[in-house]
Amino acid sequence: MSFSQCLRCRECHREYPLTANHVCEFCFGPLEVSYDYEAIAKQISRKRIEQGPVSLWRYSDFLPCHAENAIDIGVGFTPLIRAKNLGRALGLNNLYLKNDTVNPTWSFKDRVVAVAAARARELGFDTLACASTGNLANSVSAHAAAAGMKAVVFIPEDLETGKVVGSSIYAPTLVKVRGNYDAVNRLCAEIAGSYNWAFVNVNVRPYYSEGSKTLGFEVAEQLGWRAPDHCVVPIASGSLFVKIKKGFDELAKTGLIDEPKTRMSGAQATGCSPVATAWQEGTTNFRPQRPNTIAKSLAIGNPADGYYALVQLQATGGACGSVSDPEIVDGIKLLAETEGLFAETAGGVTVATVKQLTAQGKIDPDELVVAFITGAGFKTVEAVIDSLAEPLHVDATLDSFERAYGALNHGESELVVI
Amino acid sequence: MPARRVKFTFPESLIKEPIIYLLGKEFKVITNVRMADVDEHTGWVVLELEGDHEEIDRSIAWAQARGVRVDPAGGDVVEG
Repeated sequence: MSFSQCLRCRECHREYPLTANHVCEFCFGPLEVSYDYEAIAKQISRKRIEQGPVSLWRYSDFLPCHAENAIDIGVGFTPLIRAKNLGRALGLNNLYLKNDTVNPTWSFKDRVVAVAAARARELGFDTLACASTGNLANSVSAHAAAAGMKAVVFIPEDLETGKVVGSSIYAPTLVKVRGNYDAVNRLCAEIAGSYNWAFVNVNVRPYYSEGSKTLGFEVAEQLGWRAPDHCVVPIASGSLFVKIKKGFDELAKTGLIDEPKTRMSGAQATGCSPVATAWQEGTTNFRPQRPNTIAKSLAIGNPADGYYALVQLQATGGACGSVSDPEIVDGIKLLAETEGLFAETAGGVTVATVKQLTAQGKIDPDELVVAFITGAGFKTVEAVIDSLAEPLHVDATLDSFERAYGALNHGESELVVI
Repeated sequence: MPARRVKFTFPESLIKEPIIYLLGKEFKVITNVRMADVDEHTGWVVLELEGDHEEIDRSIAWAQARGVRVDPAGGDVVEG
């Protein structure tokens, strides 16, 4: 069951009913779901969770919708991998990767959309909508298809074919918007306020963002019911970064783990780094930026939760790094070559930032570190395709193969006579 | 009357300029400030602009031409 009580303004703490509303009428601050933690604590136990479904719905007591309304396409409870090879390469002795590339539409966005879609259905909406450069559009389209809801998905006109197909295969109404990033943003903000749709990251954002907490729940459970020492999380809107920590805090608040002392560090691409820039300048006042990076899934120049991410960085003793596009590509390749995991550009940002922060001494080699890999690499092949080794081109003869393979191995033949 | 919630972000060079006052004088737009944080180097103001759509558009274009960055108040709508 759901123990959600009301929506509460994060700034002035005014309370609102649990409707499709995301902004405080008085101060325009963001609204967040508030829960009855005492009631949750009475009901919840590690055993109750462990006996639940092998998906994010095992944590439904902490979510703002009823599990029976879930559109369950198998989201969540993704692997937590001990990354010994990558750890060795980076100088970390206890590095783990939370592999969220294996969700149904291959990114962590399935978590937030699963919760938003369930709540949208409870609120009586028949249409899910979003504006996206890829992952979110894919997930909204898939969930709407599974739920028998309509989907209206807005994308920039110049989006790569792979990302377009990743949405259109689910048959949403796909709208390509002409114009630059700011123009698309402005139009979609206007549309979100004009139609009676569940625009997942606008009017149902308070519910949507709660889905990200489940990453924190899962990591703690998979570590044997404890919070890690240090998390490195990619920052786009900042919501994921804030909500993972909220997940640890809620487990502690309800007696399931000890009080977390987790340091939360953020990862951004230099080409869109409003949070990292503000962090380096020592302020919580970030300046919006115009994104220019290959990490398009992190390209949010005016992050809705940027301020809260900066507050959390300060409060937990974390750090925020930013990495260049070449470093992102190197990060993707390093992850693939050491752990056999092909991540999209956001994963490259995370790995490169772990490397950067470790080199700067901001991550201790013996800390239990969890890096969050949030999307699969096949979504962004164009980011790496020019930097990969050419295949060997051979004729269909042993001699031709021998010459090519021998040249690759500096003239030394490995031919054995069987 | 139509209203739009926006965030104005000011560069240091505009901190001393009465942009919001001038906007209200130049255009038939009611400005209603709800949140703000301004220091000597930078600042942002979240406000509601109320008026005809075209007049709001013109007032925003005017502010942008003076160097103010204007974004939807709740952050970017387009996500990854």
